[in-house]
Amino acid sequence: MSVQADPIALTDAASATVQPGGGSTGVRRKRRSLGLLRNRKALIGLIILAVFLVLAVIGPWIAPYDPNAVTRLSLEPPSAAHWLGTTNTGQDILSQLLVGTRGVMVVGLLAGILATFISVVVGVTAGFVGGLGDELLSLLSNVFLIIPALPLIIIVAALVPSAGGLTIALIIAATGWAWGSRVLRAQTLSLRKRDFVEAARANGEPMWRIIFFEIMPNLTAIIASGFIGTAIFAILSEVTLAFIGVTSISAWNWGTVLFWAQSSQALVLGAWWWFVPAGLCIAAVGTALTLINFGIDEFVNPRLRNTAASAGILRKKRIRARIGFTPVYRGAPSAAETRDALTTADALTPTDQEVGA
Amino acid sequence: MTITEPTITRTATTKKPVLEIRDLSVDYGYDDDAVHALKNVNLTLGAGEILGLAGESGCGKSTLAYAATRLLPPPGVITGGEVLFTSSRDGHGGDLLRMSDRELRAQRWRDTAIVFQGSMNSLNPVYKIGKQLMDGIRAHEKMPAHAMRARAADLLSMVGISKDRLDSYPHQLSGGMRQRVMIAMALALEPEVVIMDEPTTALDVVMQRQIVEQIMDLKRDLGFSVIFITHDVSLLLELADRIAIMYAGNIVEDAASSEVYHQPRHPYTAGLLHSFPPLHGPRRELGGIPGSPPDLMALPSGCNFHPRCPFAFDACPKIDPALGPTLYGDAEPHRSVACLLHDPAVGPGRLPDELAARPAG
Amino acid sequence: MKYFLRRVAFYLFTAWAAITLNFFIPRMLPGDPVHSLINKFQGRLSTDAIKSLYVLFGLDKHTTIWQDYITYWQNLLHGDLGISFTYFPTPVSEILAQALPWTLALVGFSTIIGFVLGTLAGIGLGWRRGTWADNLLPIANFFSAIPYFWLGLIAISALAVTVQVFPASGGYDPATVPGWSWEFISGAIYHGTLPALTIIISSISGWILGMRNMMVTVSSEDYVTVAQAKGLPERKVMFGYAARNAVLPSISGFALSLGFIVGGTLVAEMVFSYPGIGYMLFQAIGSKDYPLMQGAFLVVTISVLVASMIADFVYAFLDPRTRVEG
Repeated sequence: MSVQADPIALTDAASATVQPGGGSTGVRRKRRSLGLLRNRKALIGLIILAVFLVLAVIGPWIAPYDPNAVTRLSLEPPSAAHWLGTTNTGQDILSQLLVGTRGVMVVGLLAGILATFISVVVGVTAGFVGGLGDELLSLLSNVFLIIPALPLIIIVAALVPSAGGLTIALIIAATGWAWGSRVLRAQTLSLRKRDFVEAARANGEPMWRIIFFEIMPNLTAIIASGFIGTAIFAILSEVTLAFIGVTSISAWNWGTVLFWAQSSQALVLGAWWWFVPAGLCIAAVGTALTLINFGIDEFVNPRLRNTAASAGILRKKRIRARIGFTPVYRGAPSAAETRDALTTADALTPTDQEVGA
Repeated sequence: MTITEPTITRTATTKKPVLEIRDLSVDYGYDDDAVHALKNVNLTLGAGEILGLAGESGCGKSTLAYAATRLLPPPGVITGGEVLFTSSRDGHGGDLLRMSDRELRAQRWRDTAIVFQGSMNSLNPVYKIGKQLMDGIRAHEKMPAHAMRARAADLLSMVGISKDRLDSYPHQLSGGMRQRVMIAMALALEPEVVIMDEPTTALDVVMQRQIVEQIMDLKRDLGFSVIFITHDVSLLLELADRIAIMYAGNIVEDAASSEVYHQPRHPYTAGLLHSFPPLHGPRRELGGIPGSPPDLMALPSGCNFHPRCPFAFDACPKIDPALGPTLYGDAEPHRSVACLLHDPAVGPGRLPDELAARPAG
Repeated sequence: MKYFLRRVAFYLFTAWAAITLNFFIPRMLPGDPVHSLINKFQGRLSTDAIKSLYVLFGLDKHTTIWQDYITYWQNLLHGDLGISFTYFPTPVSEILAQALPWTLALVGFSTIIGFVLGTLAGIGLGWRRGTWADNLLPIANFFSAIPYFWLGLIAISALAVTVQVFPASGGYDPATVPGWSWEFISGAIYHGTLPALTIIISSISGWILGMRNMMVTVSSEDYVTVAQAKGLPERKVMFGYAARNAVLPSISGFALSLGFIVGGTLVAEMVFSYPGIGYMLFQAIGSKDYPLMQGAFLVVTISVLVASMIADFVYAFLDPRTRVEG
């Protein structure tokens, strides 16, 4: 697309240099080093995720009670002693959530890593070898994409007696790799035809070298976003499996909390503190991961990034940026704008040239 | 300082103006880091004229065309100037930059139409050609369905395409055919101004030739004015009445095409001419311009062209020249140039031999 | 035409793969739990029923896997999916036949509503990007990260327990007799509203976000600028040029993500004790009813394949490029 119209090409080129830095001022250089962190969405996502990762590590230690300890304080609403209240058997819900964080995170990350590995192998190979190999591998990933994963996971998990975290991660990875592989294949296909890959081939570089040094570096963003996508899928699947009671109901994770809440009539009893916090945790982790993915998207796709980065200025200047009706902005009478107006009016004077450049 | 003020430009055209671009400035980006893509550009298109707009890629020629029609996509923003359309038929018109959406919609296609670069993406892939020809007409004129279809068929045959192509989808046509369809579409409402943005770039040489000839024929029959954008100066020399040369968001020379060819007054124009083999006359050495097109993010001070200019002198890095008369002044009333060599106050007072061919008159 | 044949071939292949997968999974995993369950019902099962269960789970050591595979297909084509342990001795096929209409109605209706509303909202947000409407994006983002079943729990606690507007469980009014009577249908709609709302709310954000990004991308295509240059009315450019093209990847995405969505909605059925396939699956998990689980998987998969195929054909109808060339 960038080859087409001049203004668009220039837009992309300009924004590519404007945004990640490349200017001469110190401010811009600083921004560049921060990279993805400069994106507000990604930053918020990373912070939330970091909080949960820390909880996954220290959760069992900081949990105030033993999550399995049965007490007489049945269905206590949140109080100073039990911040998130208790279950019908008097177990401390906060402790259950804290202890359960590790299970959720470990399975999510593990399944994410495994699935990403499979999708990279299948997707990159398919895109790179082409021909019949590509046809077969694409067929395989399309089949896996379209077969509903959850029922499949359920029958497998149900047939494996006492499925633990690792087994669940394996099953989820085996069913959740297809989407990433599809995206990676498409990207590899387009990379394969680019000049630098063609040049490497013409130079007689070995295949593994081309794949690892020419193609893979250009896929990092897609691999990262694929990893995050599968991690979300894995966490949701794992929690769901625990909620419907397929996996072991004695190992704590957020889904187990919800399983007990549902089966102990927490809804009817109005014990909101039992099922609301666990769901909010899932939603928070899910939101954090999607935010990071949006950050990556905007980082990679300049068209999305432009809208996000400049939204504030547009609103302030009351410019409506849209296709087909270029806004006319003749400046506002505020101080900063006056300088702008001067710049445009006297753009031909040497001093202003330097300011503008 | 002795800079020539950006006063009212000398119009190079001798005809009645249909489109006057005055002090047009365009930025890419909305904050202080914005790139100034166009800086106070002045250009006038006369009625029935073919005006060529040339320069290396990234010099702002397409930006100028799209900004003048307000079709420049985000993050483009027009920061000043006016674009006056005045009909040579009934005198209606106005400033495009001050029109409401509604007025602009009504003005578009009826008064000014555009043939876009890259016919591949210019047609909606999911609509038939006929539908796309007709919806443009329908938006501006009321007529019965069969009459509209007949009109669309006429338009197609005008550009040499059989009318049963009305029911084809864009992907069923060749690149050349798609470009012809775009031309037919632009002429649907007999506009007075047609802007053509590299209409032949994506095509092979034979097809280019045919399309250019077709445009010339149609222009003769229908009498519209053309702004023809290309990086191919040799094509313009043949086709255009007048040529404006752009560099780094400025027009650096504006003159009749024969004058541009025989008596270039700007070092950049001379350089551009040297990068193409001459069409007629004695062969000369192919040179090209040393260096690369400037980065709009970090423009050189003073005259933007000075780092690449073989004739740069001490004032060039300090003063940015405005478009003004040539050193020969009133002897060349219809041409202008933005170069300090032509400024009697700072320049050396005489031109290098290469730029000094005497005016014919 | 070539496109249609290719797609049909793909779906047939996928159906075969899913059925074969269903055959092999029990064989790759330890069969003891099934064995002990069959033994529990030993005296009450007919020999035919035992034989089909043995084929289904590969318990008969005397037959080869190939023979089993043939018999498995034969049974399948006769609609024999084994006997359910939960609803002993009802055949699995009978249970699923009863549950399927409920799932089709609930999931089909709410998924399509979610897709249509989400797409429309995405068109609006994508077209008016950079305005106040962008503030809705984080909210949509948050909702897309919520699991269906939890939203279901919240919906029940808010609208069925705290404020008793909707029933908390079931698919119809137990006082009515299932049939084409107005009482029954209105009861079913009343019972289905809350699960449907849950599914719509949790699936809609994904479509909004996806469609919005596609609108942003398509809006910078040349043909949209051409449409504006032609002075076409705003609505025409927005719907006929931008959205008409942006919706294409959205529809193929719909076809591909149906499996995922249906998975989520099955869980929503479990939460609402809605008498569809998902709830049957839930029952099956509780009582380790393996034949019912396997049968549910097959029925869900085949339904998803059919739905995806329909979505694919809609795509072909909307995109002339697929129709003419393969």
